[in-house]
Amino acid sequence: MLADRTYSRGDAPPPQAIADIVNRSRLRVADFVPWVVALASFFLFPRSLSLGTEVLVAVLFVLSIDLVVGYAGIVTLGHGAFFGLGAYCAGVLAVNGFGDPILGLMLAAVLAGVAGLVSGAIILRAQGLTLMMFTLGTLLMLEEAANRAGRLTGGSDGLSDMVVKPLLGIWDWDFFGRTGYCYCLVVLLFGFIVVRTIVMSPFGRSLRGIRENAARMEAIGAPVRRRLIVVYAISAALAGTAGAVNAEVHQFVALNVLSFEFSASGLIMLILAGPGRLYGAFIGPPIYIIASHQLAVLDPTYWVFWLGVVLIAVVMFGRGGILGIADNLIAWSRAGRKKRAP
Amino acid sequence: MNAAVLETVGLGKAFGALRVADDISFRLQSGARHALIGPNGAGKTSFVNLVTGRLLPESGSVRLKGNDITRMAPDRRVREGLCRTFQISSLFSGLSVAENVFLSIAERERVAWQMVRPAGRYRAVIEEAYAIVAGLGLGKVAAQAVGVLSYGQQRLVEIAVALALKPTVLLLDEPAAGVPSTESAMILDVLEAMPQDLAILLIEHDMDIVFRFARRITVLERGRIMVEGTPDEIAANEDVRRVYFGEGDLADV
Amino acid sequence: MSIAIGILLNGLASAMILYIIAVGLSVTMGIMRFINLAHCVFAMAGGYLAAYLIQGAGIPFAFAIVLAAILVALLSIPIERLLYAPLYAASELEQALFSIGVMFVAVAIARYFFGPAPLSFTVPEALRGQIDLGSVMPAYRILLIVVGFVVFAALWTLVETTSIGRKLRATVENRRVAEVVGIRCDRLMLLTFALGTGLAALGGALGAEIMPIRPNYAFDQLNYVLIVVAVGGMGTLTGPFLAALLLGIADTACKYFLPEVGAFFIFGAMVAILLWRPQGLLGRA
Repeated sequence: MLADRTYSRGDAPPPQAIADIVNRSRLRVADFVPWVVALASFFLFPRSLSLGTEVLVAVLFVLSIDLVVGYAGIVTLGHGAFFGLGAYCAGVLAVNGFGDPILGLMLAAVLAGVAGLVSGAIILRAQGLTLMMFTLGTLLMLEEAANRAGRLTGGSDGLSDMVVKPLLGIWDWDFFGRTGYCYCLVVLLFGFIVVRTIVMSPFGRSLRGIRENAARMEAIGAPVRRRLIVVYAISAALAGTAGAVNAEVHQFVALNVLSFEFSASGLIMLILAGPGRLYGAFIGPPIYIIASHQLAVLDPTYWVFWLGVVLIAVVMFGRGGILGIADNLIAWSRAGRKKRAP
Repeated sequence: MNAAVLETVGLGKAFGALRVADDISFRLQSGARHALIGPNGAGKTSFVNLVTGRLLPESGSVRLKGNDITRMAPDRRVREGLCRTFQISSLFSGLSVAENVFLSIAERERVAWQMVRPAGRYRAVIEEAYAIVAGLGLGKVAAQAVGVLSYGQQRLVEIAVALALKPTVLLLDEPAAGVPSTESAMILDVLEAMPQDLAILLIEHDMDIVFRFARRITVLERGRIMVEGTPDEIAANEDVRRVYFGEGDLADV
Repeated sequence: MSIAIGILLNGLASAMILYIIAVGLSVTMGIMRFINLAHCVFAMAGGYLAAYLIQGAGIPFAFAIVLAAILVALLSIPIERLLYAPLYAASELEQALFSIGVMFVAVAIARYFFGPAPLSFTVPEALRGQIDLGSVMPAYRILLIVVGFVVFAALWTLVETTSIGRKLRATVENRRVAEVVGIRCDRLMLLTFALGTGLAALGGALGAEIMPIRPNYAFDQLNYVLIVVAVGGMGTLTGPFLAALLLGIADTACKYFLPEVGAFFIFGAMVAILLWRPQGLLGRA
């Protein structure tokens, strides 16, 4: 066997050769920033907690989308289907006397996850436009079903008789949304830990390979479709969790969570910051939601127009979204510094 | 007498009027050093695609270690020990050399289904990846992104990725294609150092490598096996010369 | 019996409009492989433009519609060159999001210039009568059916008999080979894009009675148009025709016989058909 002169079997590899793989999962200071910000916001903006809650829910939803779209490369136009499934699950439970929020949350996650497993097994044979049609089709079917099943779901008026019990029996749902905000923050933390763990694991690495070149992964023996089905199911469970939390905090489920526009807005929030990055999901939603609140209040037409323009611009010029641009800036300034050094 | 570790019987496939495989019956023994040559368009890569399952045959069968795998999914064939490299490098250019090989080992050991511990904790896999990379002389560049390596080095990584799967049968699709002559010796060295019990089928245009590596050569022409034999027999064969070089002599090898 | 004929004819009328709009998308997707969710924006533009020409400039109905289609087709040329062409190599996600962005911009522009209410559509004098074909049908609907078949026949003739049609088929089948053979593919794509958007505008203007023209048009009609393209088979002319027929008739039939089920059946059928044949009914495998 050919051998590197400085290496022989049984030696530990030189640390720099494998540093990249080993150290990638280490926690850095920057990892704590979003949580500090979220916690600080609780104290600094006590009157804007409902906005904050909306952002937190959106972050969890976008995280779930990032898992399938950004990491696994499954382009879905209908991930809101699982959000809505989770929302209605928690909602229907709360209407019928099973109002414990955590129970509702867990059941919603399980229901959405199973739905993801079943639908993934069916539709993930397809790719490209056909797959997009499948995801859109299942979303629209669900929307129609929810619209028709008025007695269960409240139809187009939404589900509003939810009676959600106090969190852990202790904390009641207060008018300012303090309980709601903290609840969302904790659920988001759990959701994020799940996503980060998966992304850092060998499973997560293989997903990236599948997204980049599925044929290559097949050629090294990866059971590609099975893996995609699993990540689709996990992501569906996360989206369902986001939906359930949203329903419980507002004690209301609107039919529009099953609309194409809602799922599209999730994709938009994702691409704004850059798909395939853990923290993209933290940057997109605040910008989108705060901007939409400011601008849509001023003039909804104005908001829609500029949203469209920004979207076009991001796709045409800002590949990789905000984080991608930041990456390029960092690399560019590093290269500049190297050139200037003697 | 070895039983064939890879065998095709009457393999056939056509795209409309273009017949890429015409009743190909082929056997590969354990430990074989077998080359498949033929002019452009003879159907060599199509044959590899048929054997690995990327293309489904219209007729005939493929057997691996005695088992019929004709209907088996491509990824399962790989897990059963049938591996290939690609003619055009299809590595993950943004990942490091070691990480490309890591992915292979992770699949082999089913580590790729692990979702809890971070990839960096799987020391055994990481160390084996490094060992394989170093064993091919690429230890110094193990941490570099594949995209910045020279093309010859990339072709070596391509081989490393396949070797990491510990295959029983290895199909090498033009490993030296596009490699500058200064680097092709590297490829040949690696080929010569392959495990003895590994059955290798080499597709190549570089006759230098073919004649130095192969113990048996099969010549494919228009989807059909034209002739099969030892390197000397092939070199002396009139029909082969005609197919390759028209009327002239076979170039000095 | 007359109810059945009535349903059939109504379904056919909707189907033909859907076909005229969707066929352009099918061909451009087959040739460009570009996920253009914003295709219906051009249909909407056709509707608004035709309305302006009729009401604002007093141009007679038939001329206005054709003129609107031509204008939209011409307008689409710089749009294709400046916005779409740079993204042909982009990922599916990027293409989908880009076209969603175009839809948003279109919605905003339409709302700004024309307000949120749907355009009121008045059938022209000459076509206001009724025709009895076993069931009494508005003459306008019959016209739609006729126009649909005419468009289909014209396109079929174009593609099967002319040299441009041959080049088109070659490019859809295998782009790289077509380029090697000397076909100017980017010019062909531009032409196809313009034709497709022009047809969409025609369909949008003609079909304004069935599919109301309002700022949200592109979102309203997206589902059905995509279903027709996906189920029919991308890149074909006849696929969307067949799919549109099935969809139009099934949809209208559902409205009469199974109103509780409604669109649910349509989407379910779509998923079922695509599971059976992912490339669409008449698409290439």
